[in-house]
Amino acid sequence: MLTPVTPTIRSRPVYAPLEPRPGRLHLMVADGEGADALIELLAKANNRSEILSSAHVIYAPGPNGTDRSDVLKALGLRQFFRAPTIPALLPRLVRVLADAHMGTQFYLAGTEGLIGQAEREIMATGFPMGAIQKEHRGSTVRRVQCVHCKGITENVATDPFKCSHCGLNLFVRDHYSRRIAAFQGVNIDAEDPGQVPEPVVRFK
Amino acid sequence: MSLDFKPGAFDFFRDETFRESFTYRNSNPLRFPFPFDRDDYMYSVNMEPHVPGRKGTAFEHILDVDEHYVAEMIDRAKVLADDPLRCQSLPHMTLAGWDLLELIMEAKARDYPQWFSLTKNGNRWHWVNRPLGIEQSFTFLDESTLPYGPFEYITRQTQGDFSLQDERDNDLWMDAGMITSQADWSLDFDIGMSFMEWHAPVPLAHEKGVFDRALKFLLKLQHGAPVRRFNWTMTVNPLLDTAPETYPKWGPTKTTLTQENLGAKQHLRVELQSLYRLPRSNAIAFDIRCYLCSFEQIVTVPKWARRLHRVVRDLPDELAAYKGFLRNRPAMVEWLSKYDDGAPTSPGWWPDD
Repeated sequence: MLTPVTPTIRSRPVYAPLEPRPGRLHLMVADGEGADALIELLAKANNRSEILSSAHVIYAPGPNGTDRSDVLKALGLRQFFRAPTIPALLPRLVRVLADAHMGTQFYLAGTEGLIGQAEREIMATGFPMGAIQKEHRGSTVRRVQCVHCKGITENVATDPFKCSHCGLNLFVRDHYSRRIAAFQGVNIDAEDPGQVPEPVVRFK
Repeated sequence: MSLDFKPGAFDFFRDETFRESFTYRNSNPLRFPFPFDRDDYMYSVNMEPHVPGRKGTAFEHILDVDEHYVAEMIDRAKVLADDPLRCQSLPHMTLAGWDLLELIMEAKARDYPQWFSLTKNGNRWHWVNRPLGIEQSFTFLDESTLPYGPFEYITRQTQGDFSLQDERDNDLWMDAGMITSQADWSLDFDIGMSFMEWHAPVPLAHEKGVFDRALKFLLKLQHGAPVRRFNWTMTVNPLLDTAPETYPKWGPTKTTLTQENLGAKQHLRVELQSLYRLPRSNAIAFDIRCYLCSFEQIVTVPKWARRLHRVVRDLPDELAAYKGFLRNRPAMVEWLSKYDDGAPTSPGWWPDD
């Protein structure tokens, strides 16, 4: 099931179930439970064999350890690549994008960190946003940029949290930058140093 | 381009600071663009044509050069030296930068010939900025002939933050900015965003349809017909650079107000925002000019004193929180109440003549 997003401010990304579309190349980037979104996409496609024969899946296990590589591999995709992590996956994506032509369909599924970083690479090549579908699945941990030191902390689960770069205590805003592929973190005790509320697990 | 203030060289411009010693003052508070035209405040599109206005006010010329000019430019240079990310321009925005450079140079040379001059010989231009001691020959539209890109070059010499909006897909995209006197928003985070995305954190206004109407209005903005509106917030100390990046440095000053020091430390921060359609790039330049005035200077104008008290007292909590002064509102209201005798105020923002 698509991970529901509570309606909030308008920079916060929203997601929808992936739908099969006609295309010359079907580039699918997923992590963790995002694999299930790809499987359901194929299950509802009239042109399943056509998509499979022109599909390239780039996959990494999720931040919670979910790894559906074996299921994906068994689908009979034209190309399948498993990376151990998202950072290890991105160079491969960039290389594939260099050869992708207009008419390519992009399917991104999994955590927001994976979706955001893949979307950023695709947009950087000039593909229209309309060619990119995004379905959020699995973990809701966030990728957050510290507005003070600019460092990005991955897989943030609590609010507030400690910036992994400068150590400031940050609260997590819903304000989101597609260019940075991250939510914004702002120092919570700037006005009253030392008064940091107990962290609450908001993202799982 | 180095800026060294030479006292006495220009008696008109104040030698003052927006940090540490905070020696910023307005010589004439009546010049301050007081933003409230009635005794209460709520978001609205509130656009009007940006045309030259009353003599001796911030509205006399489309680009107001006031007594703070040199000190503000020195402050901007310091901000940029500390954090170059405060000025960014995505690669496709260079032409819009030239458009803005032309707009500013022509306006300043026309309205302030004693300080600025621009001579053109075809594409060979010669620019003189006497207050900052700058003389520059360059080729218009040739970046290699300026020490910075055109956008950074001209906005290092112009009061006010600037952003450049590219128009695509029936939307405006903030794809360049020189942002060093901002009311707590990050250019580095927001650059590249659409109109609705960069306004996303503003409370209440989306629900009222303010941004939908504003975007529709701005997409129709014509070259040669700029518009303006006010925005405002509150700042402790005359600190131009209230950036989220440095919030841990200036945030604690919000806890330093007392009834004794509030009049001097608490400043009303007004943004006179003007928008220009640019001729070659079809981008929109957004000038966010910040004016600061201490409460003790504002209350020297009786109408403004009464009105500021009522606006601050009655503002919805969401807005006071968004503008960052919810915690100090009770103290501000207490201080201002001494200057409000309950008498009615006249409509409009001008002081009573």
